[in-house]
Amino acid sequence: MNEYALIMRHEDGSKIASPEQMQAWMKQTMDWIGTIAAQNKFVGGTGLPFDGASVVGHNGVVTNGPFGDIKETIGGFITVRVESLEEAIEFAKGCPVLQAEGNSVEVRRIAKNDGTH
Amino acid sequence: MQQPEIIPHLFRTEFRKITAVLCKRFGMENVNIAEDIASETFLSALEIWPYKGLPENPTAWLYTVAKNKAKNMLARNEVFHRKITPFVQAETPEGQEPDIDLSPENIADSQLQMLFAICHPSIPAEAQIGLALRILCGFGIDEIATAFLSNKETINKRLYRAREKLRAEKVAIEFPPESEIAGRLQPVLTTMYLLFNEGYYSESSDEVLRNDLCLEAMRLTDMLIAYPPTNLPDVNALLALMCFHASRFKARRNNNGEMVLYHNQDESLWNQELISKGAWHLSKASTGDRLSKYHFEASIAYWHTIKEDTAEKWENILQLFNQLLMLEYSPIAALNRTCALSKVRGNETAIMEAEKLQLTNNQYYFTLLGELYKSIDPQKALENLQQALALAKTQADKQVIQTGINNLTRAKD
Repeated sequence: MNEYALIMRHEDGSKIASPEQMQAWMKQTMDWIGTIAAQNKFVGGTGLPFDGASVVGHNGVVTNGPFGDIKETIGGFITVRVESLEEAIEFAKGCPVLQAEGNSVEVRRIAKNDGTH
Repeated sequence: MQQPEIIPHLFRTEFRKITAVLCKRFGMENVNIAEDIASETFLSALEIWPYKGLPENPTAWLYTVAKNKAKNMLARNEVFHRKITPFVQAETPEGQEPDIDLSPENIADSQLQMLFAICHPSIPAEAQIGLALRILCGFGIDEIATAFLSNKETINKRLYRAREKLRAEKVAIEFPPESEIAGRLQPVLTTMYLLFNEGYYSESSDEVLRNDLCLEAMRLTDMLIAYPPTNLPDVNALLALMCFHASRFKARRNNNGEMVLYHNQDESLWNQELISKGAWHLSKASTGDRLSKYHFEASIAYWHTIKEDTAEKWENILQLFNQLLMLEYSPIAALNRTCALSKVRGNETAIMEAEKLQLTNNQYYFTLLGELYKSIDPQKALENLQQALALAKTQADKQVIQTGINNLTRAKD
């Protein structure tokens, strides 16, 4: 078993969703995670709210809100416990952020803490 | 006089009080002595009451006899004398008889302290339940054996080992310090939860006994709520969960003692008083900043107290199962979530998700698939039910599955 992080990337974090859209999206995300958790393959995860986000650049330049030069932003991530990369990819395909064009989910294996990676 | 009824009733309620107080007085290493004195007290009642008639105040009579027996024991028993007397004398001024305090306050405190002692992390869960039933609920060994579908010898051995363990670990009969309560409470709640489930899902055919297990779990949880330091949100959530489930006692079995599935139940048999009590405790549970699995399970159980199938009901249940599973996986929660999913998104979606669960050694997995396939592919439904039947262990389960198979074959003909 390996653990993978599924990182949700939004093309443009500045897009404002209506409360109804937010609620629908929340439900879909919960159902998506519920599917994974029902297979006992959910390890953990969290959403990363956009408001109040800051980006610290080279030379310590702080940009408030990741909505300046850097458009793409990370909306959250979950960690799954799976047999293979393919299985992690299958889970990623179900992620509701992919309904919006330009968004993506990055699948990354989590380093084992035993030096073997 | 209805002595045959009054003694079992008194036995249940008074045995546990006397035992708890004596355990508290004599210490964990003498639990069996406390139990013996309590048992002998009732033996005396059985010997004397039939001839002399029921005393005016049977409880007071029992307490007096128990106190005297405890004092005699202290005085007479040689081994006991050496072990206990120095400890007892330390608390008793010279020339006074040691007092056995059977006041309501000391009874309540002793029972709660025993609850914490019995649910000590060093004692295996199964033994905790057995000890709780014996010492805190006043169940006889026969009754415990029936409840666990076991025999007297096994239960006696299990209780013996548990008492030895309590003795070896020197578990003190006291309230944990305030700072430790939250941590020590968790195994207590687990034991109450298991005790309740033992009754609710028990295979035992003795209905009164099954319900009693649930009621005892509720009584002990109620005691925790009556004690302010343990009147915490997750304790209230657990009691709410128990109340909602217990509200369906009467509707869950038909007159022949067969299981009645939820959607076939007559909701006029649901106990509204328990549903209100559950709702009250659920509202009390919503004060903290942490959600336990009891919160999710209680909320799910709350939605089940509304019989009408609405989109809102099943959407809420689905989301609660999602959250419950994120917190703690269990096969039964995974299967129930899939059932809720079928109500929200239809059977085809649910079948796809169900088949991913691959719980192929679980009869309920096949029962669920059988149910989901019923309207889509009756042949597949039948195959799944047959696999469920092959895995089913209890008569009640086999009966429910067989009825499903019969209905399907009849529909096909």
